[in-house]
Amino acid sequence: MSGNMRRKTLTALSRDAVAWIIGLVWIVPFLGVFMASIRPLSEIIHGWWRFESFTPTLRNFIGAWNHPAAPLSEGMVNSLKVAIPGTIVPLFVAAIAAYGFARFRFPMKTYLFLTIVMLMTIPQQMIAVPIFRIMKNLGLVDTPFGLVLVHSAWGIPWILFFMRNFFSTLPIEVEEAARVDGASDFRVFFQIVLPMCVPALVSSAVLQFMWVWNDFFLALILIYSPEKLLATQRIPLLRGMYHIDWGVLTAGTIIVMLAPILVFAFLQRYYVKGMVGWVSK
Amino acid sequence: MRERLLRPIFFVPALVLLAAFVVYPVVNTVWLSFLSPNGDFVGLDNYAEVLSQPEMVDPRGFQRGFPYGALIHNFLWLIIHLPLTVLLGLALAVVLRGVRGGSVIKSVVFLGMVTPMIVGGIILRFMFDGSIGIVPGIVRLLGGTPHTLTAYPETALLSLILGSLWLWVPFGMVLYSAGLETIPSEVYEAAMIDGASPLSMFFRITFPLLKPITEVVVTMTFLWDLKIFDVVYAATMGGPGGASNVLALQMYFYAFREFNSNSAAVVACVLMLLTTLVAAPMMIRSAREAR
Repeated sequence: MSGNMRRKTLTALSRDAVAWIIGLVWIVPFLGVFMASIRPLSEIIHGWWRFESFTPTLRNFIGAWNHPAAPLSEGMVNSLKVAIPGTIVPLFVAAIAAYGFARFRFPMKTYLFLTIVMLMTIPQQMIAVPIFRIMKNLGLVDTPFGLVLVHSAWGIPWILFFMRNFFSTLPIEVEEAARVDGASDFRVFFQIVLPMCVPALVSSAVLQFMWVWNDFFLALILIYSPEKLLATQRIPLLRGMYHIDWGVLTAGTIIVMLAPILVFAFLQRYYVKGMVGWVSK
Repeated sequence: MRERLLRPIFFVPALVLLAAFVVYPVVNTVWLSFLSPNGDFVGLDNYAEVLSQPEMVDPRGFQRGFPYGALIHNFLWLIIHLPLTVLLGLALAVVLRGVRGGSVIKSVVFLGMVTPMIVGGIILRFMFDGSIGIVPGIVRLLGGTPHTLTAYPETALLSLILGSLWLWVPFGMVLYSAGLETIPSEVYEAAMIDGASPLSMFFRITFPLLKPITEVVVTMTFLWDLKIFDVVYAATMGGPGGASNVLALQMYFYAFREFNSNSAAVVACVLMLLTTLVAAPMMIRSAREAR
C-alpha cells in the first residue's frame, strides 16, 4: 500500500516537473526578448543569458518609440485608428445579419448561410490584387478608412457564424411576447436581444480586435506612406541598416505586443471562450 | 406586413460589404489567373507556366538540397508541423491538467497565441541568431559550432517550421484543454474499477472522445501551414536564396515586386483550392449542426 502511495506521489511530482519545464520552454523566448530590450547591445552580444554586467536601461524603448525611420509612437496611433473601427463596424453589421439568419424565414436561407460560412476559408492572398485596384479606384488606397472597410468585410463571416449560433440558443418566448405587444423587429433586436448577448459580443470583439491589430498582410498591401504605416508594418523597419539592432527591435516588439497582451490579461476568459466557441459547440 | 418588408435591412450592410470586398475580388482573382499579362484568355496555360517555375517547384532541389520551391516547402511545413502540433497540443493539455500552477503555465503558453505573427517571426529570428540566440547558445554548450540557423539554406526552413511550433501548439493546447473538461470523470472512475491502465484509458477513452476536437485542430493547422506568411516575411524574407520561400510569400513577390498580377493570381488560386478542399468538410458540418 505504502509503495503504491509513494509511486503515486512520484508520478505526481514528475508530472509537475514536466509541466514546469514546458512553462519554462515557452517563457524563455519572451524572457530573451525582454532581456535584450532592457540592456545595451554590447552587454548581450554573446547571449542575453550572461549577467557578468547588468545595466538595465530604457534607451531601447525610447529608441523604438522615436525611431527616425519608423517611430512606433505614430504606428500605435495609426493601428488604433484602424483596429477600433475595424472591430466595431463588423461586429455591428454581422450581429444584425446573424439575428436575421437565426430568426427570419426566407427562401435559400441555408445556402446563403453556408456560402458566407465558406468564405471563412479563403486566404487573404485571394483578394490582394483586386482589393488594391478597387481601393485605388475608390481613392481609398493608403487610407485607414479603406483598410477598415476590408477588415470589416473580412471579419463578417466568422462573427456572423459565431453570433448566429449564440442567438439560436436564446429563448424565443421573450421576443415573441414583445412582438405581440407590437414591438418592431428592430426594437426587439436592439432593446431585448442585444442586452442579452453582451458576453458573446465581447468575445467576438476581443478576437476581432486581436485579429485586426495583429494583421500584417492587408496593411502591407494597402498602406504605404511612411507616416501612415501601422505598428506591425514598422517592426521589420526597426532592424537597422548594417547589423540588426536587437535592442531597439526587441523593445519595438514589446511595444507592439502591449495591446494584445493587455486585452488578453483583462479579457482572457472571453478570448478563450471565443476561440473555443466558434470551432466547437 | 410592412414590418416584414423591412427585414432585408438586417442583411443589406453585411451582404454589400461581403460582395464588394470579398466575393468580387475572389471572382476577379480567379478570372485574372486565366488571362495572360496582355489580357488574352489563355485558360490553364498560366497554371502550367507558374507551376513549372523554379520558385514554385524546383526539381534540382532533390539533388543539391534547398531550395525545393515554395509549393514543396509548404508541403514540408505540413508534414512536419501538422502531426507535431496535434501531438504536442494534446500532450500539453493532458500534462497541464490538474498540475499545481497549471493555469499559470497555460497562460504563459497561450501568450504565443496572442503574439502578432510578424513579431513571432522576429522572435524566431532572435532565438536562432548565431551570437545572441538561445538555440545556437545551446549548440555551443553541447560543443558544436553556433550558426545563425535561419541564414543557411540547409537549416533555414526547418528552423522556421520547428520554431513555429512554439507559436501554434498553444492553439491545439487550448482546444484540447477545453475538450478534456467535457469528459465526465465518472467515465475514468468506471474504467479504473475495471482495472484499466492509464495508457489504455488514454487510447480507449480520452483520444476517441476528443475526435471532434482533433478534427478541428487538424483542419485549422492545415490552413495555418498553408497560409503562413508573416513569420517567414519577418524572419528570413524567404531566403537565403529562396530556401525558406512559401506560397503566400511567393504570391506577394509576384504581385507587388514583379507586378505580375496573373502569376500572383495563379498562386492565390492554388492556395485557395487547397484550403477549400481541406476546410470544406468541417465548415459544412458545423454549419449543418448549427441549423
